[in-house]
Amino acid sequence: MIKTESLKFSYDGRKYFDFPDINLDTGENLLIIGNSGIGKTTLLHLLAGILKPKSGSINVSGIEISKFSDTELDKFRGDNIGIVFQRPHFIYSLTINENLKLAQYLSPSKTSGDAEKILESLNINDKYQQKPNQLSEGEKQRVSIALALINSPNLILADEPTSSLDDFNCDNVIKLLKKQAKDHKAQLIVITHDARLKKHFKNNLNL
Amino acid sequence: MNIFKLSIKNLFYRPLSSLLSLLLLALGVSMISLLVLINSVVQDQMNNNLKGIDMVVGAKGSPLQLILSSVYHVDSPTGNISLKEARSIEKNPMVGNSVPLLYGDNYEGFRIVGTNEKFIELYNLSIENGSFWDDEFEVVVGKKIATKLNLKVGDTFVTSHGLRQTGESHADTPFTVVGITNFSNSVADQLILTSAESVWGVHGDHTHDDEEHDHDDDKEITAMLIKFNSPMNVIQFPRYINENTNLQSAVPSYEISRLFKLFGFGIETINLLAYLIIVVSGISIFITLFNSMKERKYDMALIRTLGGSRLQLSSMLVYEAIVLTISGFILGIILSRLGLVFISSLMESSFNYSLNSYGILNDEFWLLAISILIGLMACLIPSIQVYKMDISKTLSNE
Repeated sequence: MIKTESLKFSYDGRKYFDFPDINLDTGENLLIIGNSGIGKTTLLHLLAGILKPKSGSINVSGIEISKFSDTELDKFRGDNIGIVFQRPHFIYSLTINENLKLAQYLSPSKTSGDAEKILESLNINDKYQQKPNQLSEGEKQRVSIALALINSPNLILADEPTSSLDDFNCDNVIKLLKKQAKDHKAQLIVITHDARLKKHFKNNLNL
Repeated sequence: MNIFKLSIKNLFYRPLSSLLSLLLLALGVSMISLLVLINSVVQDQMNNNLKGIDMVVGAKGSPLQLILSSVYHVDSPTGNISLKEARSIEKNPMVGNSVPLLYGDNYEGFRIVGTNEKFIELYNLSIENGSFWDDEFEVVVGKKIATKLNLKVGDTFVTSHGLRQTGESHADTPFTVVGITNFSNSVADQLILTSAESVWGVHGDHTHDDEEHDHDDDKEITAMLIKFNSPMNVIQFPRYINENTNLQSAVPSYEISRLFKLFGFGIETINLLAYLIIVVSGISIFITLFNSMKERKYDMALIRTLGGSRLQLSSMLVYEAIVLTISGFILGIILSRLGLVFISSLMESSFNYSLNSYGILNDEFWLLAISILIGLMACLIPSIQVYKMDISKTLSNE
């Protein structure tokens, strides 16, 4: 369950972002669609606990995070949120296996998923011992999904996951994200300007 | 996997810059540590050999040479003095103890010193095997020589004239080893001791042109080590001798401190240079961390989004700096010991002196503290910046 109410944010105290309320039941996914500069990434960072709102409330799986301290937010993120970035990020000095192990270490209170099973379900279990820069772009994106899933999050946030993909791969990635979210009993919120994704989601929110 | 392991992996991920920082620090540490080691070992040895000697009397010449030859047995003697004159000094009421020294010969480069039982008392020598000499041409051999030349009680050898191996040999007067001393950690370990009579005996029935050994009817000795009755005598007596006799007196503690002062300038310069290298290594660690921070900003933002705290991120950089400095320190200490082995073998071959002290000195704990401090200073700014990093901004700039 994800709920936001009269969410406001400002970077400089002059220009305010007003976000429409989100009300998402358990098991539901959401597509947030909007043009560049409208505050899509800001909303994603608010939901992930990376930014704190100026006013309003954010409730993720029954946890009210808008008043959390920095340390509480760090823990909240580690335990509840998985983020799939537009461009995949890794710890480049570590192998894929070690990247996943580190993610587990950073969220110790969470019983994490089986790294091998996750990689297997993403068809990249043979890349276990490789370093991130030995992977192809497609493999990198799959590994970054694995990183988002490893701590069994309640909410998966995907930031423009398909913007650089052709129609075929766009469909594949979004299906993969939906399937993984369902398999891991997580909710999926995709934030994008990519109108192709509309057909994949029942719930759309225009910013 | 944890933050410390991550730091190690990060260091190995940029091996060249890590290696550069490591080598710079190791170089600085090993230079300082080697200086400290040599200084402490040399001063130890020098002071150990100075015990009980307030003044040395010998022929006129350089006072430092007199000290080096008769206390440390490294330089050539200044010449000989007559036994009669030496005796008259011995009788002076200010003189507490006096030890005569006679040079003339060597065996395989090791000096043969003619003296008496007072030398044994002075250096607190004890016999490991055999006994002290009680007849002419009997010698007691220092432990180090016995080991090196494999001499045993009962062995005989022929000495060569002078202090170098190339001298003419005295084949008709062979010496017999009657005892081997225990290790005394003093200059006596590298000397062959015998009675004064033996040295006179070797040269008595020869005629040499050598200026050190031209024999008159009067017997001669090379030098005399003197201990005063009262420490106050060191002020007047050496001056009295230098002014009123044709002998020379020299005060070892004074000459040695003069010698150290001469070296001191060079040692200070090298020391300064070494500290400079350590500071440069600190700067190199700083630059490495600072640059890597930019390269790794997405890595670090990822760590934060995965639940890592600001503190964990900062400690990652601190670990990287500390691991570099501590391993650089350890490498430096190892290098300095290897350096000491090398220098010791050089000294052994040219002076028969060896330096053996490989333990960690107090000064080196200071050096460790300084190294860690440099590491902490190097990572201070990067780790503060990482602590303050705005992950939202970093992630939206992709």
